[in-house]
Amino acid sequence: MSVELTGAEITIRCLQEEGVDCIFGYPGGAVLFLYDELFKQDKVRHILVRHEQAAVHAADGYARSSNKVGVALVTSGPGVTNAVTGIATAYMDSIPLVIISGQVPTNAIGLDAFQEVDTVGITRPCVKHNFLVSDVSELATTIKKAFYIASTGRPGPVLVDIPKDVTQQKIAFAYPEKISMRSYNPVIKGNLKQIKKAVELILSAKRPVLYTGGGVILSDAAKLLIELAKILNFPCTNTLMGLGGFPATDKQFIGMLGMHGTYEANMAMQYCDVLIAIGARFDDRVIGNPKHFSNENRKIIHIDIDPSSISKRVKVDIPIVGNVPDVLRELIKFLKSTKEEPDQNALKEWWKQIDLWRERDCLKYDRQSSIIKPQMVVEKLYEVTKGDAFITSDVGQHQMWAAQFYKFDKPRRWINSGGLGTMGFGMPAAMGVQLANPKGKVACITGEASIQMCIQELSTCKQYKLPLKIINLNNRYMGMVRQWQEFFHGNRYAESYMDALPDFIKLAESYGHVGMRIEQPEDVESALKEAFKLKDQLVFLDFITDQTENVFPMVPGGKGLSEMILV
Amino acid sequence: MENEAGALSRVAGLFSARGYNIESLSVAPTEDPTLSRMTLVTTGSDEVIEQVTKQLNKLIEVVKVIDLIDGSHIERELMLVKVKATGSGRDEIKRLVDIFRGCIIDVTDKSYTIELTGTSSKLDAFLEALDSSAVLETVRTGASGIGRGDWVLKV
Ligand SMILES: Cc1cc2nc3c(=O)[nH]c(=O)nc-3n(C[C@H](O)[C@H](O)[C@H](O)COP(=O)(O)OP(=O)(O)OC[C@H]3O[C@@H](n4cnc5c(N)ncnc54)[C@H](O)[C@@H]3O)c2cc1C
Ligand SMILES: Cc1ncc(C[n+]2csc(CCOP(=O)(O)OP(=O)(O)O)c2C)c(N)n1
Ligand SMILES: [Mg+2]
Repeated sequence: MSVELTGAEITIRCLQEEGVDCIFGYPGGAVLFLYDELFKQDKVRHILVRHEQAAVHAADGYARSSNKVGVALVTSGPGVTNAVTGIATAYMDSIPLVIISGQVPTNAIGLDAFQEVDTVGITRPCVKHNFLVSDVSELATTIKKAFYIASTGRPGPVLVDIPKDVTQQKIAFAYPEKISMRSYNPVIKGNLKQIKKAVELILSAKRPVLYTGGGVILSDAAKLLIELAKILNFPCTNTLMGLGGFPATDKQFIGMLGMHGTYEANMAMQYCDVLIAIGARFDDRVIGNPKHFSNENRKIIHIDIDPSSISKRVKVDIPIVGNVPDVLRELIKFLKSTKEEPDQNALKEWWKQIDLWRERDCLKYDRQSSIIKPQMVVEKLYEVTKGDAFITSDVGQHQMWAAQFYKFDKPRRWINSGGLGTMGFGMPAAMGVQLANPKGKVACITGEASIQMCIQELSTCKQYKLPLKIINLNNRYMGMVRQWQEFFHGNRYAESYMDALPDFIKLAESYGHVGMRIEQPEDVESALKEAFKLKDQLVFLDFITDQTENVFPMVPGGKGLSEMILV
Repeated sequence: MENEAGALSRVAGLFSARGYNIESLSVAPTEDPTLSRMTLVTTGSDEVIEQVTKQLNKLIEVVKVIDLIDGSHIERELMLVKVKATGSGRDEIKRLVDIFRGCIIDVTDKSYTIELTGTSSKLDAFLEALDSSAVLETVRTGASGIGRGDWVLKV
């Protein structure tokens, strides 16, 4: 008979078996046995955050930047409720996470025990799946399933709730090598008939657009996307979540689309005749008013692994359910084997039209300004890091400027909360990115409001020597809120002014970091250079930027894609 | 779906979270004790029903979803009704129960308890045929459905 292990030992062994090298967590009563086992080994490194929300964001940043499953460990009750924002953030952006939560002992469940919450109930709507392990005999299989479900199909967070007594019970340990579930079998290969139909439609296109999203990043399909785009010479636009899926410096790239997308991308999207959607979900921030969008006649091909993403908001003509790389490989094979090609004259005309739209120069801003323009900071950051940094962001105007002005040529370099739009995401996510990429340059573009939502993590960064560069675009406003108030609420800036700000320099210094305040445009570049020279230090750069700057273009809520407000 | 604790709440939660309506829902284990079968009655446009089906399929514990309306099918619901039954009303109710092929399964000197199965609209019709002031209590199970003929739903 093999030796028996406790549930706590089994849990840690499972993590080791999954090749997990780093987890993010915070201890408490219900997880003490788990922490005890973590203490006794050194394969799985534990990063102690300062708030459970940050544990999940950090695991999330770790996952997004590495394509490994991120793991967080939290205690029962408040540990779990603190983690919920992080879990929902990962859920909305389809990020593979396993969250292990402690629970009160099985015989106390339902008795309003100390630090008891219905974790499975609270998290049900914001996880891909969750489990309550009621017996140690199910523990290893459940954890195996959790990793399998999190990382396959449309990825997402999976939570495993483990009662304290289960971590004490003993049983022989065997980690299942494979798992098969009759009720969960994601489709991988696309239907060939559908793919052939798609090829025919592509070959008939006169005004085509490739519209690609997070699915390309999540499935590591950037190379295949480039190959497809190069064969066809079609223009390509990315969603906020898809940036880096197609090189931003390529001439076929027409920018991000959507609410704050470029003029050329939104016009092309509106007036194309064949739209090829790849791993993108026709979000309301992307197509604007769906009625207005449907006014134009176009045929749509939609490749997505989740059937429920297809024809959810916009009816499509050729749905292809499958994994992006598998489907793209087939598409490319067909296109390479046929002698036909799309009408080249029509394509030339289409590119001419797009170039005219480009000339509108929709991202222009006042480069001569004597006050620091936030766009300029991002441009300089791009130059100073040679486009090679990992950029995380928080939520607001700064997020949009980061997306518009940092040219991402590689996938998994742009890490932000798109679906839930969670302020406070940026710094903890950057911690996870740095831990997954110890040699990488990692910058967090944030705002003075967002950064304060997880500011306590400066302490974690100190403890683990994470040399992040915090780029605080300090406009003394919840700028995105102020912009909406300016445009749609008669300039009544209700509660959007950020009063009583801390001295961020002293704050950073008090945590043992370096702080810099930059107030003049001419100092921006040198400050950035200096910060990145401090390779082993976290540097908090507080850029005092124009308070009144707005994000353009903008498709106002309820309007169509071609009804942008422009500068 | 898998016969597991929590599977039902995932279905119910999905409907409330996405604003779909549930007209009725009935669920119980099948001949294979690891599986439960649920019949859920809902309404919506074709697009909504398509989304409902896709979203249900996405639930990890759901093994298979079919829309019974797509083919010919049989639908039955069970209802228990307690009615006031005194004097000459007793005979009249008895006759009505016979017409609807129900049975009286419990009797006191003041009441009958009636058992009736059929499509949901047949049960509605029976209730309408009764004098509404006579109805004391009703319990309905919600519809259960199965395909007609030799076709079987296999997982
Ligand atoms: C302040 C703010 C402003 C915003 N403005 C914009 C904007 O201007 N433009 C914009 O685009 N977004 C904007 N967003 C983001 C927006 O809310 C959505 O998060 C985003 O548009 C969704 O991106 P996506 O369509 O690529 O989908 P994602 O959320 O990335 O979803 C990925 C899709 O790919 C599929 N998929 C996953 N894996 C695979 C696979 N292996 N194979 C096939 N398919 C797969 C999934 O099923 C899903 O349908 C903004 C957000 C905020 C907070
Ligand atoms: C947790 C959370 N609360 C509220 C919001 C709504 N919100 C979106 S942007 C924003 C303002 C962000 O301000 P700041 O971080 O200073 O960024 P700026 O827009 O000024 O660049 C707010 C409050 C949100 N997205 N997340
Ligand atoms: Mg601000």
